[in-house]
Amino acid sequence: MIEIENVRKSFGQLEVLKGINLTVKKGEVLTIIGGSGSGKSTLLTCINGLETIDAGRIVVDGTDVHAKGTDLNKLRRKLGIVFQQFNAFPHLTVLENVMLAPVKVLGQSKAEAEAMAVKQLSHVGLGDKLKVYPSRMSGGQQQRMAIARALAMSPDYMLFDEVTSALDPQLVGEVLDTMRLLSSEGMTMIVVTHEIAFAREVSDRVAFFHKGRIHEIGPPAQVIGAPQQPETAAFLKSVL
Amino acid sequence: MISYSFHWNQAFKALPQMLDGALVTLQIAILSMVVGLAVALALTLFRLSGNRALSGFATGWVEIARNTPALFQIYMAHFGLGNFGIHLSPYTALLVGIAFNNAGYLAENFRGALKAIPDTQARAGRSLGMTPLQAFRYIVLPQMLRVAFLPATNQMVWAILMTSLGVTVGMNTDLAGVTQELNARSFRTFEFFAIAAVIYYLIAKAVTLIARLFAARMFRY
Amino acid sequence: MFDTSLTLADLGFLAQGAAMTLAVTAVSVIAGTILGIVFGVIRNQAGPYWSIPLTFLLDVFRSVPLLIQLVLGNAAQSIFKLGWPPFTTSCVVLSLYTAAYCTEIVRGGISSVPATTRRAARSLGLTWWQDMRYIVAPLATRVSLPAWIGLTLGVMKDSALVLWLGLIELLRASQILVTRLQEPLFILIICGAIYFIISFPVARLGGYLEKRWSPND
Repeated sequence: MIEIENVRKSFGQLEVLKGINLTVKKGEVLTIIGGSGSGKSTLLTCINGLETIDAGRIVVDGTDVHAKGTDLNKLRRKLGIVFQQFNAFPHLTVLENVMLAPVKVLGQSKAEAEAMAVKQLSHVGLGDKLKVYPSRMSGGQQQRMAIARALAMSPDYMLFDEVTSALDPQLVGEVLDTMRLLSSEGMTMIVVTHEIAFAREVSDRVAFFHKGRIHEIGPPAQVIGAPQQPETAAFLKSVL
Repeated sequence: MISYSFHWNQAFKALPQMLDGALVTLQIAILSMVVGLAVALALTLFRLSGNRALSGFATGWVEIARNTPALFQIYMAHFGLGNFGIHLSPYTALLVGIAFNNAGYLAENFRGALKAIPDTQARAGRSLGMTPLQAFRYIVLPQMLRVAFLPATNQMVWAILMTSLGVTVGMNTDLAGVTQELNARSFRTFEFFAIAAVIYYLIAKAVTLIARLFAARMFRY
Repeated sequence: MFDTSLTLADLGFLAQGAAMTLAVTAVSVIAGTILGIVFGVIRNQAGPYWSIPLTFLLDVFRSVPLLIQLVLGNAAQSIFKLGWPPFTTSCVVLSLYTAAYCTEIVRGGISSVPATTRRAARSLGLTWWQDMRYIVAPLATRVSLPAWIGLTLGVMKDSALVLWLGLIELLRASQILVTRLQEPLFILIICGAIYFIISFPVARLGGYLEKRWSPND
């Protein structure tokens, strides 16, 4: 379970998160929608400790992320995150990209890591690209590799930060398919996205972020289908 | 017009000696690069460490190496250390001077190379649970070496050319030193130094070519 | 504070040495830059018949130690009975050396001007020369300036080598003082400080310009 209590975060003078309260249970798929600058991506990087918070708490499976003694490296093994820029490691092949962290962080043997890497890469549809360098792949393929790379760590939670926003439209589908597959397998996911149709189809709950706060949260049929807040409706109207 | 008769035979007869000198030149250049690379890497880590003393030391080294002549640095090694009772032989002083110079320039190359790598790379590594050192070692450093390879090759060529400065501190076993000795004995300055120039040119070109081939193999991505 | 036999007259001697360094540098950089511009334009414009031999020749200047070039230059002027004083020989050699590097900088600057921009200029009826003067030159200079500043500083540091031809520039002046006063470290530190004070601010300026003018689209 991920518990976010009263989290506030500012960048200099600009307060980006103004008191977020949220609980994500195991197996749940939560989608976060909202305009740019509403704080969505910042929340994800606060969850895995890449960004600090100014007030409040984030607790992942009982561990306070921002407490002084927390071993962030250990915590991050449980939290897989995929970013908008694929961040492929250009000097490694696809297989090596996925194997690197399991070997160096989890201490797995090369054979173990390779087996897991092959499994995850096949899972996302890249089984035939193992020895290829990322620079020779499309954005969609690189993004799927990034997903496999995060999955190879066997995380309990997967965080997706607008992972299709940097892709050409025709490549978006393959990545969404992968995410759809993961959700059907019971992975706990927090997905920040602009893909409203996808959000509606896949989520258990949808949260609408507006000006640093959760403006509305509920099942997709409500938040997207019949929004109760005027701002939510206005946002949906502008993107659909 | 010219009442000077060129005596190339003398020069060609001395070729074996000069080639021996060329080997010494290469030896010094390679040693100075190895030391320079190691120190440059350390200086880079110092600058990244956030420790004021270490990063100040590193910056000081780099700025002195890049804002004073290489010949000055060699003079410092040969004459300057005399105050501390350290008397380096011409060979050692040359090596120390060039290595000092290499370290400074290479550290600056590394800094430029690091800037070229987006910090999202290290972030991605950290997000997978890597410690900062792991992220640097397995993700940032390999990419940095690739970007820095060409400038480092240029520095190697520089090092080869810089060895010629040894003659000013009495070095007589490298190519320039040998040539100077031959010149002093025969006064065939032009012939001997012309051949030395050709040898330097060939060495410089060979190093550049080998480096290019190496890069093509190593950095195939 | 310092127990030294260094006198004000000695400092004056060092200053003279520094003046020689700056003089050699200035002459060589100016001459070398003019040549570099000419060669750079040729490299960029002329067909392979001209540019390949030119490139090869200039490459030689960058692949042979400067010290060797100075010695050869001196030997050559002696053979051809030109009777050049060391200052002239040094400046000639250093100018060619500067030109060799400057050519590449100029070539790089010219080729950084988008061909589309130049085509637009020519389509408006500007001649090749006008295109060069009003379009290419300002843009190319902007791009090349940081590198050119770096080259100038490099030549200033390399000018120390003219001591081999007997010129008393800063480093040789320092060495003379060291031999006389036997305080090597102290004098060399002053010498290094002078080089540093000349070089460091200019280098910083170059770095600042490079950052400020870097393509920020």
